[in-house]
Amino acid sequence: MKLLRLVRTAIRALRRNITRALLTMLGIVIGIAAVIAMMEIGQGASTAIQRTISSMGSNTLLVMPGAQRSGGISMGAGSNVTLTDSDCEAIVRECPDVRQAAVIVRANSQVIYGNRNYYPNSIYGTDPDYLDVRDWQNLAEGDTFNDRDVRSGAKVCLIGQTIKRELFQGESPVGKEIRIRNVTFRVVGVLSSKGANLMGMDQDDIILAPWTTIRYRISNQRSSSSSSSSSSSSSSSGNSVNTLSNLYPSTGIVLYPEKSAVQQANNPMPVRFANVDQIILAARSADSIRSAMSQITELLRERHRLAADDDDDFQIRDMTELTNTLSSTSRLMTRLLLFVALISLIVGGVGIMNIMLVSVTERTREIGLRMAVGARTYDILLQFLIEAVILCLLGGLIGIALGRGASEIVALTLKWPTQISVEAIVTSVFVACVVGMVFGFYPAWRASRLDPIEALRYE
Amino acid sequence: MDLIELHDIWKIYRLGDLDVPVLKGISLSIGQRETVSLMGVSGSGKSTLMNILGCLDHPTSGQYLLEGRDVTKLSVNQRAELRNRKIGFVFQNFNLLARTSALDNVILPLEYHHNHISRNDSLDRAKMLLDRVGLKDRMHHHPSQLSGGQQQRVAIARALINQPSILFADEPTGNLDSRTSGEILEMFQQLNAEDGITILLVTHDPDVAHHARRVIHIRDGCVDGDLVGHATDARGGERT
Ligand SMILES: Nc1ncnc2c1ncn2[C@@H]1O[C@H](COP(=O)(O)OP(=O)(O)O)[C@@H](O)[C@H]1O
Ligand SMILES: [Mg+2]
Repeated sequence: MKLLRLVRTAIRALRRNITRALLTMLGIVIGIAAVIAMMEIGQGASTAIQRTISSMGSNTLLVMPGAQRSGGISMGAGSNVTLTDSDCEAIVRECPDVRQAAVIVRANSQVIYGNRNYYPNSIYGTDPDYLDVRDWQNLAEGDTFNDRDVRSGAKVCLIGQTIKRELFQGESPVGKEIRIRNVTFRVVGVLSSKGANLMGMDQDDIILAPWTTIRYRISNQRSSSSSSSSSSSSSSSGNSVNTLSNLYPSTGIVLYPEKSAVQQANNPMPVRFANVDQIILAARSADSIRSAMSQITELLRERHRLAADDDDDFQIRDMTELTNTLSSTSRLMTRLLLFVALISLIVGGVGIMNIMLVSVTERTREIGLRMAVGARTYDILLQFLIEAVILCLLGGLIGIALGRGASEIVALTLKWPTQISVEAIVTSVFVACVVGMVFGFYPAWRASRLDPIEALRYE
Repeated sequence: MDLIELHDIWKIYRLGDLDVPVLKGISLSIGQRETVSLMGVSGSGKSTLMNILGCLDHPTSGQYLLEGRDVTKLSVNQRAELRNRKIGFVFQNFNLLARTSALDNVILPLEYHHNHISRNDSLDRAKMLLDRVGLKDRMHHHPSQLSGGQQQRVAIARALINQPSILFADEPTGNLDSRTSGEILEMFQQLNAEDGITILLVTHDPDVAHHARRVIHIRDGCVDGDLVGHATDARGGERT
């Protein structure tokens, strides 16, 4: 009630000199507008960058088999065959900081469609979760393969934009069949374009297929840990004869006679687990990469039954270096922004204080009169304080409108991604109030300490 | 009991090492419904005395009873409240708020009234007072759109809004021509006669001073003479 009366008095006093009120606000208006515009533009840019980075896989980790040692000589990474698809399942199940994981089986081969051929950079056998790990769910065309395709070793694949360009030339690839090492794959979908990764490698130069298919039909040059299941499944599917693997048998000597199709149907050998080349996985966030790594290490050591003094038989690759650089850069940017914001608000506040002081001097007679007719010291103090806060708040609101406008214009004309920042708006309003109180206090205090007689005599 | 009682009031200003006594032991009393002029040459201490009487200033020493209450012991804010409720001021230079309507100027003291008075009630009261001082058709004018006499009438209406028991006017006609001065002074007499408000006029002009029934002469910070019945008002009477 009393406050309402004071606010009304303050507004009436401000209305008496609108030009001065506007000029007083100007510093705050500009300061807040700059802060809002910068925050919105900066935040938009940083989200865009972050999205790009994470699409390049800053949160992804790669688990690879470790180097096998033979008589003290390292055979190089990947020479050890230790990772299995059940490791992958266990990681997803038991590591809380891992968002998603997928196995990778790699193959290298020419791809043929009609009379064209192409040699893709990567042919990955994986499972549908791969797209989730890579943040790649939205396909350009068609659909992804599913878990059933993985279980059955279906001959389906997804192709990247580069493959589409090289082999199909404008045709829609969905439903067409391509051949990889004489195995025919039906294209079920086309990946969206991802561009080059941080190393400059074309990420669209890729073919994805169920890992079981790649493992057992294409790249079984390596012996799998469960040789029986691998050999049986590779040979059992007689309808897709891998002629090359028959020419160059990679499984070596077959110890047991092959089962006939009927035997196979009667006693299906469950594919328990098979070794994979890599496990790719996504941590929940950039911050949880560390903890995800230690969780994975612990889990895999336990699963692989390593003694305490054994070396890891796997290695985990991450992009910590990159993420650290990026996050420290964005931290620096935020700090710079805050610093600039602070300075502009201090300048605005000093402007308020300046003009409020002038205003107090100019209105000395008014203050004297108010005191003569019964204003107490705190009535005067509050009046001027409220005037300052109202000015700052109004200035803040106008500044927010202007800043929003500016960022919208930037978004529209420069196609720069901006993002409305509620946080910045709320903070601005709050800061405007605080600035008003802090910088309005001294002038208000000066006004309240005036002596009525001298104030009335002031010329 | 008199409205105002002063006992040996001193006001001493310190200028550097120098003590400058402006009021040198003033004692006087003013009753209810009196009209009093404080007269003296410029610099004799009239305004200083009036500021003390109006509770704007502290005396250096002495006792000041307003309605029997010692006001020299009151705090700054208590005195502000007292001014708001009991005292009206009229100044030589009117002291109206610029760019503010006559109405809003008149209700200014109500902003500081201890009981909240609704804006409508305030406006009603102000309109009535402006009507009374003859500005019925000037209520929404700003001071810059009013003549000096009209501005002083607005100031008088403002002084009356809280129904004070005493009205202090420091050289109220100093900035006015003689005809408007006469009107303003008549208005004071009328207020005294009709509402029983005690009027205290400060002036250096004998013609103005004689509009009050009682004239107190101040010279050099002392009471130099206290004449009653000299005035033009109807109710004569000697005072000792
Ligand atoms: N704040 C002050 N400090 C010092 N001297 C003052 C102050 N106020 C008034 N005086 C002095 O007191 C004397 C009386 O002043 P005042 O009461 O204004 O006279 P007047 O009778 O003309 O109204 C003057 O000589 C003036 O110089
Ligand atoms: Mg004077």
